[in-house]
This record gives sequence, structure tokens and C-alpha cells, in this order.
Amino acid sequence: MSQTNPQQIEYNLKVVRQFAVVTVIWGIIGMSLGVFIAAQLIWPELNFDTPWLTYSRLRPLHTNAVIFAFGTSALIGTSFYIVQKTCKTALFSNRLASFVFWSWQTVIVLAVITLPMGLSSTKEYAELEWPIDILITLSWVAYIIVFFGTLVKRNTSHIYVANWFYGGFIVTIAVLHIVNSMAIPVSFTKSYSLYAGAVDAMVQWWYGHNAVGFLLTAGFLGMMYYFVPKQAERPVYSYRLSVVHFWALISLYIWAGPHHLHYTALPDWAQSLGMVMSVILFVPSWGGMINGIMTLSGAWHKLKTDPILRFLIVSLSFYGMSTFEGPMMAIKSVNALSHYTDWTVGHVHSGALGWVAMITIGSLYYLIPRLWSQTQMHSIKWINTHFWLHTIGVVLYIVALWISGVMQGLMWRAVNATDGTLTYSFVESVVASYPFWFIRFVGGLFIVAGMILMAVNVYRTIRAGKPTVEYVDAPVEHSSPAPTATQSA
Amino acid sequence: MSSFWSAWIIVLTLAFLVGIIWLLRWNMSNYTGIKEGELMDHEFDGIVEINNPLPRWWMILFWITIVWGFVYLALYPGLGNFAGLLGWSSSNQDVRSLEESQQATAAAREAGLIVEYDRQVDQAEEKFGPVFAALSERPIEELAQDEEAVKIGQRLFLQNCAQCHGSNAMGGKGFPNLTDNDWLYGGSPAAIKHSLMEGRNGVMPAQSQFNDQQITELATYVMSLSGRKVDPELAKAGEANFMVCTACHGQDAKGNQALGAPNLTDNIWLYGGSQEAIEETLRNGRNGVMPAWKDILGEDKIHVISSYVYGLSQE
Repeated sequence: MSQTNPQQIEYNLKVVRQFAVVTVIWGIIGMSLGVFIAAQLIWPELNFDTPWLTYSRLRPLHTNAVIFAFGTSALIGTSFYIVQKTCKTALFSNRLASFVFWSWQTVIVLAVITLPMGLSSTKEYAELEWPIDILITLSWVAYIIVFFGTLVKRNTSHIYVANWFYGGFIVTIAVLHIVNSMAIPVSFTKSYSLYAGAVDAMVQWWYGHNAVGFLLTAGFLGMMYYFVPKQAERPVYSYRLSVVHFWALISLYIWAGPHHLHYTALPDWAQSLGMVMSVILFVPSWGGMINGIMTLSGAWHKLKTDPILRFLIVSLSFYGMSTFEGPMMAIKSVNALSHYTDWTVGHVHSGALGWVAMITIGSLYYLIPRLWSQTQMHSIKWINTHFWLHTIGVVLYIVALWISGVMQGLMWRAVNATDGTLTYSFVESVVASYPFWFIRFVGGLFIVAGMILMAVNVYRTIRAGKPTVEYVDAPVEHSSPAPTATQSA
Repeated sequence: MSSFWSAWIIVLTLAFLVGIIWLLRWNMSNYTGIKEGELMDHEFDGIVEINNPLPRWWMILFWITIVWGFVYLALYPGLGNFAGLLGWSSSNQDVRSLEESQQATAAAREAGLIVEYDRQVDQAEEKFGPVFAALSERPIEELAQDEEAVKIGQRLFLQNCAQCHGSNAMGGKGFPNLTDNDWLYGGSPAAIKHSLMEGRNGVMPAQSQFNDQQITELATYVMSLSGRKVDPELAKAGEANFMVCTACHGQDAKGNQALGAPNLTDNIWLYGGSQEAIEETLRNGRNGVMPAWKDILGEDKIHVISSYVYGLSQE
């Protein structure tokens, strides 16, 4: 690093602020939609005989809103913050960064319009039709250029581990999106997949599971690797653990998709490979949890007083739980019970609400005051209240669906010992699920209540502050990174 | 699959797992040049990292899962065309027709291979086949009086028939109500069983020779047959064209069970009895399909379901 007469570069915090605010808004919208369709399962009249209010159209809107509006806005925003701060440089291009923001929000608004209209490619988590898919691609390519361009012009010798995870997530999502969305358009609003039969199903779940693996896991691990050590003010537990779990995680995940297609027309060999890799994946997944939680060693007492840290650490506990549960459910004989039941839905939400939402909420509570020249959020007490609302909500949700899921699986396979006929009809298992769907609905209410409290807290914090302007020293002559490095990651 | 793709899968899988082993072993050694437990020589926005060794229990767990992976892939299908040492498969692979599947089942049986699906079907057949064989010895009328047999029949109905005819067997649009004693193809035990065994296909041809006015008149006349209040002028105008319909529905419009032509005088409507629905039926025709179940359930189970369905209309 040099030298004399350092030039000051201004960080681009504007785009980070934009993404931070929309993350909160989309979070409330996406989760409220979830609560609404959870209520529809119990009271079907809530579709008001209106096509665009039916479960079938709002469910994909809910998943798109929480994954691609809430989750992905959080990821892009935090990655733009972290890549600047840990590379000691400003974003590669402010105009492209702005394009990423506005194009991505356009994608979401188009989803909000087209999905209730019933326009759908019918591929789960990839329902948006081809013109929107093209816009996603353009937005994502701009994101790749901004993120990796910033890494290239960094003023540090190494690349911090958070950026490995963000980088892995960004590149892989591009590949997944393009391959899975390949389709032949028949009109502006309708297309058909390029693939057929079992191949189509395999491509879909190669995409689907890696959307979980790279977007909802690797991306948020990047978030974790910055905000946990920052908030705990402790060093990251093990550098070498981060190396081994990063490479093992991203390389194993890509094999795991077939476990969504156990006992289907997918050939046995593909099912077995998917299962084996999914089970091995359990260990590197836990590597991330260990590295996050052990980062707290020597600072455990902070959990008593710091609700932000509590969000972050409890999110890691849910992450550890989900990544144990997932590989277990990928085992064929377990899957034979769990598949198609509420257990799967509960599993997804322990990841989505426990891990993804909690790490995001904790990170935003750290980030937002720093983006608006404040030292802390408007109310720490409210953060604590939010923590309990959210935690109780998640626990109600997942415990209810564990019970209903296992119950459904057992009812579906129950056989009369005397004649071999199935003991229960499908409808009986639906009727038996109502009490648990109600508990799930109540859990959802808790979570949305917490998010609304967060929004008020964020609003008050922003109103009290003003946008942060932050500079970093950069060398006038851009010399190549310091040659002291012994090992490059 | 071709031997090329098989080899591709085997090489890719094994090379990948070896790579994971290499990654783990590499990070078990301290290559960083920093003493264990001390900070790495870089910092990012105030964040530093400790060069701690991998947790031992975690490392052992990693080794165990990797070894287990190799063992599983040796025992079960996974490595391309290699079928695994156990000779196990979930079902017949790569079959494109019922015949191919039956051939594959026979071949697997001969070779002593385990086809999980076939094995479970065989086990169920062995255990429960005699139960249904015994029930099928008894006449349907008698079974319909036997509480136990009715329960078995109901469970089979709920699993296989309720999707179209409803859990209460009262049907829906296009799917007949089985409880009202109004039968398209006859309600005798033999007729019901025949419907289940062989299936039915009820075709109402589209009356495209009539214009809109004639369709309206004809529909009005059809409605008048069941004693409903209609515009007498319109009905009168439609009567002449009803001649075409009598070929199937009969001179008295009471239908023909040999053809599955519905009785038009009883005010029971398979596809809806509104003016609009009847006009749609006349204009576009209808095509009702009851699938044949004999190859799916077998005659013995169909016999039991028949007794349940027969009993529904006897109450």
C-alpha cells in the first residue's frame, strides 16, 4: 500500500441505503403474503372468488417476494457494502450499481403484476416468464461486473472470505438462471421449457436446490462472515476452516438437486448420487455454523445485552438445524416419509425464517445506523422485542409443520393389517392438519408483527440521521497488491 | 446409458470425491506460515482471522461421511451403469411400456435382483391376495350387506374413485352421482362391475347442423321433458328437431343404458341443467370417460368396490 499524498475515494453508500430500505419493505410484503395464503389454507373463502387472489397465484408471488425481493435485495445491498469496505475501494461503477438497483426492482414489480395475472412458466422458484427472465439476466450481468470489478481494483492483498461466498453465489446464480430458464417463447407472455420429461425435472431441481444452496446459503454466509465478527468485535474463529468449508460447500451443493426427485422417473443412479453428496454436504455446512458461533468465544456475555448479536447467533443455530435436517431428509428412506408433506415446508421455513431472515434482520440493525450517520438504531428495546416476536413465530411455525408433516406422512402410509388397504384417505389427512395450519398462521402473524416494528424503528433511525458520507484512502499510483502475501485464497 | 456417459459419471464422481479428500487433508496441515492459534497476517475493515486448526470432531465427521459415501456407491446404483453390489433398484429402469416393464420384472426375478417396487407388490399380493380372492367368491348383493366388506370397499373407493366421484360418491360436473339410483349404464351388480372392469366412454355428439336459434329451441324442449317451466312456444319449435336425439335417448326420452344415453326426463343433469349448460352440450357435444380398472386393481378388488357402489344406491 502506498504512500504519499493519498487520494480520497468516496464509498458508494447510496445504493446500499436503497437496497437496505427496500429489503425491509419487501420483507413485510412477502411475509404478509405468506400469512395470507397460510390463512387461505384454513379459510379458503379468503380468495373471495377472485382469480388473482387464489392460493395458486399468490403462493409463487410469496416465494418470489421473499427470495428475490427481500432476500436478494438484502444480499446485493450488503455485498456492495462489504466488498467496498473489505477491499478498501469504491464500487467499480456507480452507474452500473444504480442500474442493478432499478432493474432488480423492476423485475420484482413485474413479478407482482404478472404472477397474480396467472402468467407463469410453471417452474418452481423460476415462474417468471421469458421477457422478465431476460431482464433478470441483464441485471445480474451488471451485478457481476460491479462486484467482480470492485474485487479486481481492491486495495488489499487478499480477498476476504465474505467475498468468496458472495462471489460464488453471484456466479452460480447466473449459470443456474440461464440454464434453467431456457425456453421457447410462443407469445410475449408464454413460453415452454427447452427440456422435456425427467430431464426437465432434473434441470428444474438442479436449479431449485442450488437457489437454496447458493442464494439462500452461500450468499447469506457471506453476510454472516462480515456482520458476526463486526458485531461481536472478535476475530473469525478459523481461517483454514473457512477455506475447507467454502470449497466443499460450493462444490458439493451442485450435486444435491436429485434428492428432490427420489422415487420418481429419475434414474436410480442419479438419485443415489444426489443423496450421497447431500449427506456429505452436512459437514461443510456445519463448518460455517462453527466458524460463526465460535467467533463469539470470549464474548458470550454479549448475548445477554446485545439483541443484534442474538439475531445473528440464533440465525446460525437455525442454519445448523436446517443443514442437519436437510441432509437427513435427503436420505431416501427418510424422504419416503417426508416428501410431499408439510415437513418439507417447515424445513424450508426454518431455513428461510430462522437463518435467512434472522441473519438479514441482524445485519440490517447493524448497518442502518451506519448508513445514516447514527451510532445505533432508534430503539434497542424494540430490537429485543422484534427478536422475541420473530423467534417465537419461527418456533411456532416449524414445530407445527414438523408435527403435521410427520403426521401426514404416517397417515398416507398407514395400511390396514387385515386387507392391505390404506387406512386414511387424503382428505382425512387434510382435515387432521387444520390445527397445525392454524398454529403456523399464528406464527406468521408474530413474524410480520416483528417486521412492522422493525420498519418503524428503521424509519425513526433514518429520520433522525442523515446519509453517511464515507471516504477511504487510496494510493495515487495504483501499485499491484502488496507482495507480502504468503498464500492467496 | 452409453458406456461413454457411464464412464463420464464414474470418473467425475470419483475425481470429485478424491478432490474433497485432498481439500480436507490440505487444510489439516498448517500451510499458512502462521503458528496455530495466532492471527493471520491480513485484516479487512478491522476483521482479523485466527489460524485455528479444524475442530477434531468435525474433521472426523467429515471422514466418516466420505467413507460412507464410497460404501454406499459400492452397494447401490450410482456410478453410471454399475448396478451396485447388492443388485438393488427402486423400480425397473429405462422401461417405456407395460410390456417392457413386465419383461424387466421377469428378468430381474430370474437373475435374483431386488427390484424394490416389484418386491413390495409381491409381498402385498402374497399377504392380501387371498383376502380379496375369498371376498370375490361371494355375490355382490351379499357383500353389500357385510359391514366389514363395505368398509374395505369404501377404503378402496376413497383411494381410487373419490378423485372424480367425490368422497361422498355424489360426483360432480361430468362425474356421475353414484348414490341417486340413476344409472347411465345400469345399476345391477353385473353392470356396475362391468363399468369398473372395462371402463365406459359416453359420447354425446356435437349438433353442429343446428343454428343458434334451433339450439335454443331444442334445449328449451329438452328442459320441458322433465316438467320444468319453459317458454311453450320455444319448446314447441324445438320438438321437431328432437327427432335426431331419439336415436339414442329414445322416443320417450328416457335414455338407453346399452349406449349410456341419459334419461332426459328425470331432471338429473351430468353436465348441468341450466339452459346455458344444455345448449353447450348440444353445441359442442360431451365426452365422458370412465377408465378401465381391471389392469390396475384386478378383478377381486373391483368385485369388492362394486359391492360398495351397489350398496350406495340401495339405502
